Amino acid sequence: MARFVVRRLLLLVPILLGLSILLFAWVRALPGSTANSLLGERGTPETIAAVERLYGLDQPIAVQYWKYLKQSATFDLGTSAQTRRPVTDEMVRLFPGTIELTAVALVIAVGVGVPLGYFAARRYGTWLDSGAIVGSLLGVTIPVFFLGFLLKYVFAIKLGWLPTAGRSDQRILGVDHPTGFYVLDGFITGNLAAAWDAFKHLVLPALALATIPLAIITRITRASVLDVVHEDYVRTAEAKGLLASTITRRHILRNALLPVVTIIGLQLGLLLSGAILTETVFVFNGVGKFVADSIRFRDYAVIQGFILVFAVIYVVVNLLVDIAYGLVDPRVRVR
Amino acid sequence: MSLSEAEARVDTAVAAEDVGGSLLKEAWRRLRRDPVAITGGAMVALFVLVAVIGPWLAPYGPSDRAGAVTPTMIPGPSSQFWFGLDDLGRDELSRVILGARQSLLVGVVSLVLGMIGGLTLGVLAGALGGWVDSLIMRIIDIVLAVPGLLFAIGVAAALGRSLQSVMIAIAVVNVPIFARLLRGQMLSQREADYVSAATSVGLRRRVVVFRHILPNSISPVIVQGTLTLATAIIDAAGLAFLGLGGTDPSVPEWGRMLADSQDYLSGAIHLAIFPGLAIVFAALGFTLFGERLREALDPKYRR
Repeated sequence: MARFVVRRLLLLVPILLGLSILLFAWVRALPGSTANSLLGERGTPETIAAVERLYGLDQPIAVQYWKYLKQSATFDLGTSAQTRRPVTDEMVRLFPGTIELTAVALVIAVGVGVPLGYFAARRYGTWLDSGAIVGSLLGVTIPVFFLGFLLKYVFAIKLGWLPTAGRSDQRILGVDHPTGFYVLDGFITGNLAAAWDAFKHLVLPALALATIPLAIITRITRASVLDVVHEDYVRTAEAKGLLASTITRRHILRNALLPVVTIIGLQLGLLLSGAILTETVFVFNGVGKFVADSIRFRDYAVIQGFILVFAVIYVVVNLLVDIAYGLVDPRVRVR
Repeated sequence: MSLSEAEARVDTAVAAEDVGGSLLKEAWRRLRRDPVAITGGAMVALFVLVAVIGPWLAPYGPSDRAGAVTPTMIPGPSSQFWFGLDDLGRDELSRVILGARQSLLVGVVSLVLGMIGGLTLGVLAGALGGWVDSLIMRIIDIVLAVPGLLFAIGVAAALGRSLQSVMIAIAVVNVPIFARLLRGQMLSQREADYVSAATSVGLRRRVVVFRHILPNSISPVIVQGTLTLATAIIDAAGLAFLGLGGTDPSVPEWGRMLADSQDYLSGAIHLAIFPGLAIVFAALGFTLFGERLREALDPKYRR
């Protein structure tokens, strides 16, 4: 098992190095040079040369890459042009909101998707099954931000049940944020009204964000359960006269949920990129909205930093899923 | 499980060998009898038709002021303007009709570019194997580590704000998907008996790859292509929402119409609903058809 983990960890190195080369090349491919965007119309050949010297842009490309690599490895991702603050500081400030949002979305997607997929498979061909299939097809074809608009219109604007935007209601006084996770902060500081308010602000964006993963998890669970219920070992268990609930728990679910676990890991990429759209619709102050704003401001340091961080998170989480998979299913380790 | 399904499972192994012209004919025969596939196909056909003849169909031009509006009073659907007016007094129905062309264009161009790139890499990796294969697959692993939309944002931002950069961005995101799919297919076909047979009669590797392996590996690529058209339309809308898309106001685009509607949600929800439903309609059509095509081409589901 240790060898399996080490081998998987070593595979990370070339991926991360390749990614850094890709991002380094990307910034160089952007329209307009750094000196130009900093100096604008005022650039003279002398000032441009001075700026290039200042940022090391006159150095050979390999030297520049090495510098970039060293900086990234020490979490120095440059300065945001919008806020004039280090990109790393902005991430630390904004990530709790996005983590909160994606966590709730993931809970919805798994909590609804797995049971729905399971019951659709067990009631194969019934209206529940057809409903699950149609629902999951609609789920993957509806643009996340369109759904966001509809949810906002119905539940926030027309019915007024939930807030339209933001992470918290400014009218609630005495709110303190020691961790940046607003719901958690409410509990820590004993301000239950603030926790409830923060949760209400999460509901609609999380619902919008959850739809695509929910649809995919439902489909995979359904297909996986359908595969497993026809396996010989399930028939054997039935023939032995085991209780239906025991067969479900020990034979069907345990085997059917393995592929679902992998799929859940892969959903993280969708959730992180979906957060860019969802947070913008609900003016939810997280990293996603910051990235969306950075596109408008051409704040490339931020985009570069976030692509790197999102990709690292995505790769690492999927590695963890792989390792967890190896722990649960000994067959994986052998391969 | 129905009886036919049980049978399908049993003869999967046998049927998998039965590929080539007869498989496509068989798939077509099954598609024609499948109500879901027909629905999906009809939705796609309607979408393509509107995209092609849109300018003759639309009651107003894309920039015509069809009626009077104020920022607080944007009329919704009526017998005169079926989809209502937009914030500049333009006919929303006409703009939705005219926007179909941009969506189809983005979908098809990005699909074709992505397929060309992906198939080239996939064939190279699958046919040559060895270090070429390893190198290509490592690069693909790296690219796939970046979530698709984020990657498209990066490419589109580097290329500047236009519909062309959106197409290229989505195409680039599709390249690794097609490459990996085709490589996997070709690897699995390489061990097949008919390939050994072709090699043993002394055919050159190029002939074996292009005349035998490739045609037999292509059906999942066709399915993926249909589904990719759906995601391309959705992703293009997402990029437009983020401000990366065409800028010409006289060329209506569903994604940008939807993006612009957010300022008028409380007073004029129809500005969000119609372009939004248009996107869902087109994407759902391709998805329904693609999913059923997958099943029709897969001997496992044969009945």
